[in-house]
Amino acid sequence: MTIRAAGEHGLLVETGSLEAAHRLDALLRAAPPAGVEEIVPGPETVLVVAPGADRPRLAALLAGLLRTAGEPAVPAAGEGGTVEIPVVYDGEDLEAVAELSGMTAGEVAARHAASPFVVGWLGFAPGFAYLVGLDPALHVPRLEVPRTAVPPGSVAIAGPYSAVYPSASPGGWRLLGRTDARVWDVTADPPATLAPGTRVRFRA
Amino acid sequence: MTGRREPPDETAARRWAEVVSPGPYATVQDLGRPGYAHLGVPRSGAADAPSLRLANRLVGNPEGAAGIEATFGGTALAFPEGAWVAVTGAACPVTAAGRPAAMDCPVWVSPGGELRLGTPREGLRTYVAVRGGVAVPAVLGSRSTDSLSGLGPPPLRTGAVLPLGRAGASAPIVDQAARPPVPRPPVVRVLPGPRDDWFEPGALRALCAGPYEVTPESNRVGVRLSGAPLRRARPGELPSEGMPLGAVQVPPGGRPIVFLADHPPTGGYPVIAVVASADVALVAQLRPGDRLRFRLPGTPARL
Repeated sequence: MTIRAAGEHGLLVETGSLEAAHRLDALLRAAPPAGVEEIVPGPETVLVVAPGADRPRLAALLAGLLRTAGEPAVPAAGEGGTVEIPVVYDGEDLEAVAELSGMTAGEVAARHAASPFVVGWLGFAPGFAYLVGLDPALHVPRLEVPRTAVPPGSVAIAGPYSAVYPSASPGGWRLLGRTDARVWDVTADPPATLAPGTRVRFRA
Repeated sequence: MTGRREPPDETAARRWAEVVSPGPYATVQDLGRPGYAHLGVPRSGAADAPSLRLANRLVGNPEGAAGIEATFGGTALAFPEGAWVAVTGAACPVTAAGRPAAMDCPVWVSPGGELRLGTPREGLRTYVAVRGGVAVPAVLGSRSTDSLSGLGPPPLRTGAVLPLGRAGASAPIVDQAARPPVPRPPVVRVLPGPRDDWFEPGALRALCAGPYEVTPESNRVGVRLSGAPLRRARPGELPSEGMPLGAVQVPPGGRPIVFLADHPPTGGYPVIAVVASADVALVAQLRPGDRLRFRLPGTPARL
């Protein structure tokens, strides 16, 4: 576990695990230190951007929080809530995924819906959450040629991740189905339903 | 225009500007939408934020009011009611209602007159502040066009109408701002890390030996550079992590990219160094073909 300088205003905290990153994220959001502008969890890190902070003091505070975040008893961000997402499993790539994973389309849908997902982090597009926890039998490579347009609400997988496309965009993930649930709405507060640490279940 | 979060301002509808010509590429920018990076939202905002702040001060606006960011100049705006404006950033010929006007000072455009920007002699981004600010609807607290995610208003188009806000109580108090000359090529200070240990021991020195040249693939997301490639010491992939403004990210080819305002909040290529915050604006003003040098400060900011 290390705290690295990321420019004048940034500190990159290496947490060693996603769980510890979520716990540190939760601790920081519960009591944001003065001057902090962004708290950005990743798979093994949390970037803290704090233009207004006393940097040595913030680094010392983060080191202390990081020790606490190493303890599994500390609740992670979003814990206590599970977002349920209804899915119609009729995606364009459902059959191809079934073939790649050696099972029927129905089994693919059942295993996806049975996977205990957690929002790892967001990236790629506003509201695009990388969901970890996909059944290992469904780990398939992304498309060789990405689609130029994936409709919003598409439920997709790639490698060890699943996601719900928050808005129309190009995309190389394999489409299993679609949902009417809105995971991104700029008029809502917060605009994203799926924040880091949120548990997610898909329902067929 | 997108966004329904804020009710329309009754007073804002009374004054407006019309886009006579956007020029090569122009957008509405304020200081962006901080606080949403963990939800995948780029900060966005003026690429050369100090120039937008200065333009706003010159017309008596709050520094964070929305203005216009013109790329390679060429923007022409008409003001049916007249307006106080200020033009900052990349220096270009300016006319207000047909008369030559100066950069970096308040300029009155008479009713029905046009503000026209020529092509900058050097530099890339010119800013126009209008007293009262550009009052397009805010999205997630900002009126900025985010070229990466598409949040905010679309880029300016010919014939588009931009509502203007009501001027605040503060009057313009600055006559003219002095601007320090920028050496060519500019020297851009960088702080090492967070992932300089992913590179060969001499990589930071190679970065600062330069010069690097700006390639045409550069935009508001980042400035792509050609020059000495930076070689990695370790193979494999870095797990995706948060990216600060000014990050010097190095893809597998070894040619660095400096992240600007619309950069993705997370990324998977190692960041060898981060541009000092005061020097990000220097990078944002470089155009394709321009050169720059990086410099490490005497004492690396390591913890």
